Amino acid sequence: MQLQTNRIARLAVFTALAMILSWMESQIPAFFPFPGMKLGLTNLVVVFSLYDSGPADAFSVNLIRIFLSGILFGNPYSIAYSMAGGVLSFVFMILTRRSGLFSVYGVSMAGGVFHNVGQILVAAAVVQNYRITFYLPVLLVTGCATGFLIGFLSDEVLRRIGQKAF
Amino acid sequence: MKKADWLIPAAAVMTAVLWYAFLFINSTDGSEVRVLVDGKEYAVYSLESEVDTVIPGVHGMNNHLVIHDGYADITEAGCPDALCVHQKAISKKGETIVCLPNKVVIEITGGEKGEYDAVAN
Repeated sequence: MQLQTNRIARLAVFTALAMILSWMESQIPAFFPFPGMKLGLTNLVVVFSLYDSGPADAFSVNLIRIFLSGILFGNPYSIAYSMAGGVLSFVFMILTRRSGLFSVYGVSMAGGVFHNVGQILVAAAVVQNYRITFYLPVLLVTGCATGFLIGFLSDEVLRRIGQKAF
Repeated sequence: MKKADWLIPAAAVMTAVLWYAFLFINSTDGSEVRVLVDGKEYAVYSLESEVDTVIPGVHGMNNHLVIHDGYADITEAGCPDALCVHQKAISKKGETIVCLPNKVVIEITGGEKGEYDAVAN
């Protein structure tokens, strides 16, 4: 019973944090010249909860925050984009974590890269034109860069707070 | 950081380079500018023509298309982010400018009659 309460509280805190970061990111003007290019600050929470609470809880946090922040700051389209990016990146983050080969940097970079891949796939489906993949190379590289940054932040947070902190 | 972590950026950069190489090898000068709105053909212009026109997108917002000196470009747009305006002018076969909010795609084609045109006709 107490464990269950603890878990509910922890998920709520993570979801709230993720939404705050989503909001912060939506306030940063789009200075990137390509669609789908974002810092991905929210992934910090997803990565942290993946290490702290495991895949199932991290996945719920991810889904709930995509849905809620889509309703609050976006529209049905942005939910579809985030969902594709969020789910695909999450699958690859679990795979890279499970493999045991990678540190939090590698897991986060895989997340960043596949988030962008997921978004460009939806974009290609929406405009019904595969040639939009001209942006794919740019998005692969920026996904690595932002993923590295988020990996660094996650690493620092994990090191300071530690796993199973809550 | 572990050594294996570098595999991810390495793989991403390699894929990026290979993909660009693939697209570059397949690139030739185009001859026509196709405009798609919501996945359907809206208009076709010759790349040699001088065009200055407004394309209505799906939500009543417009994109301003200019074809000049063999390049097609979007110079103004009603969408909030105007990402299509920042994309550079295009002239090679297969290149595109995309406005996601308006679902407008400008693409350069080789000019030969494809199956899409047959269907549209």
